[in-house]
Amino acid sequence: MKITVKLFAYFRDNRFSIEEWDIEPNTTVGNIVDSLHIDREEVGVLMMNHKHTKFEVQPQTGDILAIFPVVGGG
Amino acid sequence: MVDKIFRVNMTDLTTSVEEVPEAWAGHGGRGLTSTIIAEEVEPTCHPLGKNNKLVIAPGLLSGTVAANSGRLSIGAKSPLTGTIKESNAGGTSAQLLAKAGCKAVIIEGLPKEDKWYSLAITPAGVTIKEETERIGMGNFDVIKSISPEHDNKIGILTIGQAGEMKMTSANISIQDPDGGLRSCGRGGLGAVMGSKKIKFITIDPEGGKVDIADPAKFKAANRTFAKALAGHPISQALGAYGTNVLVNIINESGGLPTKNFTQGQFADHEAISGETMVDLINERGGKAKHNCHAGCVIQCSQIYNDAKGNKLTSGIEFESVWAMGADCCVADLDCIAEADRIMDDIGIDSIETSVAMGVAMEAGVLEFGDGVEICRILRDEVTKGTALGRIVGNGTGSVGRSFGVTRVPVVKNQAIPAYDPRAIKGMGITYATSTQGADHTMGYTITTNILNVGGQVDPLSKEGQIELSRNLQIATAAIDSTGMCLFIAFAVLDDETCLPALVDLLNARFDIALTIDDVMSLGKHILKLERKFNIAAGFTAADDRLPEFFYDEPLAPHNVVFDFTAEEIDSFWNF
Repeated sequence: MKITVKLFAYFRDNRFSIEEWDIEPNTTVGNIVDSLHIDREEVGVLMMNHKHTKFEVQPQTGDILAIFPVVGGG
Repeated sequence: MVDKIFRVNMTDLTTSVEEVPEAWAGHGGRGLTSTIIAEEVEPTCHPLGKNNKLVIAPGLLSGTVAANSGRLSIGAKSPLTGTIKESNAGGTSAQLLAKAGCKAVIIEGLPKEDKWYSLAITPAGVTIKEETERIGMGNFDVIKSISPEHDNKIGILTIGQAGEMKMTSANISIQDPDGGLRSCGRGGLGAVMGSKKIKFITIDPEGGKVDIADPAKFKAANRTFAKALAGHPISQALGAYGTNVLVNIINESGGLPTKNFTQGQFADHEAISGETMVDLINERGGKAKHNCHAGCVIQCSQIYNDAKGNKLTSGIEFESVWAMGADCCVADLDCIAEADRIMDDIGIDSIETSVAMGVAMEAGVLEFGDGVEICRILRDEVTKGTALGRIVGNGTGSVGRSFGVTRVPVVKNQAIPAYDPRAIKGMGITYATSTQGADHTMGYTITTNILNVGGQVDPLSKEGQIELSRNLQIATAAIDSTGMCLFIAFAVLDDETCLPALVDLLNARFDIALTIDDVMSLGKHILKLERKFNIAAGFTAADDRLPEFFYDEPLAPHNVVFDFTAEEIDSFWNF
């Protein structure tokens, strides 16, 4: 099942900005974060297809998952 | 040193030093500028006429060692919006003005003769001098000519050519610790200073210090406060990436206004993102971290060098990058930084002017994406005050009216900043109801709509947005009175030690016994006072609306419109 994973800010360091992933069915957003060795505590915002999502959600084929650390501005 | 009111009458060129009236004693920053304007300025006056007043006030904690307390508030009736206005910025002047024993400067009247002046502020009061040599100069030359060695003991406020020409997007610039500029950007306050024929103001506290009623309590409170600020992960991210880290996250949310507010995402967002900007800054020997005033523990500013390693601009903010970048479709950070520098030098609001360029692009004055032409228009038209330059320099609404464009993103004639109100609905409530026209900083719902700070309110749903915007607008009015940078809000919302420490700082400074409820009551009072001024100036609920196109042009990728009814918007004021 193919999805797109995007990382932002310092989550990109020694990882990537954007990749196509082939994931098993029933994989959760949390599983993906864990497999990237990102501490869930450091995650500020998760978006799937441009809407907020949660660690428990299971991505579907074609989904775009964006993972941000705690950031802000204004 | 006991604080005084410094009054300057430009009609008869006299100055005076006055006791602080009891009713003003508990106010500072925005609370004080708005209180003075509400009391002394006729709401129906012409903003550029003899009856408007320019009020400059440090915050209640300015001049102390309290972390992040270096914001200076400047207020007047705005020539851009016609509403009451307060615009605040960092730089060194708030701290120096407080150390000079000045609670506020009130500048009134208009000179009878066609001459320019400067003001010199010391603890003894204000001296007016005729000014000739710096007229027509940009802000950087003004600062260099006054303080060639960047003397940080002297504060400088200045207007560029835009302010001299009374353009309604003109700002007032404040020298930062490195001779760079911070701007009281919004609402055309530079035009008010220009109408009073004041080119620049210097502030020399002559070694003066701010009295602290209870130094031990103050020190302890500041330790807790600074720790809460510096320890918050958003503070750390702001230091690492600057505010421009928001390009990618707002783009991902589908709320990044693009191509004059016709799309919610910019295909070239990576090229202008905070991540790309920091890489470029590091490659070119700039500074990713930089403070706009002494005592800032966040350091969201930066120094951006050109490809040859020479300083191009500093303090380039997300809103400026978004406006020149996504809204005008310019995918070139160097070009955006150059435009930012020119706008700093001319002394013109980088949000208003850039959004105006987006409308000019829709009108066909120039092509979307043509950053070179933007810089040319700024240099050759706005700086010189040609007809096109004045149309642009008078803001987004001016460009829309001049060229017959109907998609003009303004509220109360002030340009809407970097968050589309259709996809981030809390911001729409803030834009509509703000007492000062569209302004993200008045009630920054991005915290809770996007960043998951202070809870979560779905940006695409109407639910909870009015209450969110109301609470943030009240808290912001209070924070804007302290002289604190608004970026303390992230820690205030998330860290339970932060707000009590801020209240303790106020209590220790003045030997008073404020509670958190008192501070929130102050915020409510300021908002209602500002609204009362606007109503007396002729504004009604019908002005608290977004432009028509937000209600009937769906925004991709979510294909949403702004769908609050008039009654729902008006319920904002039920407090």
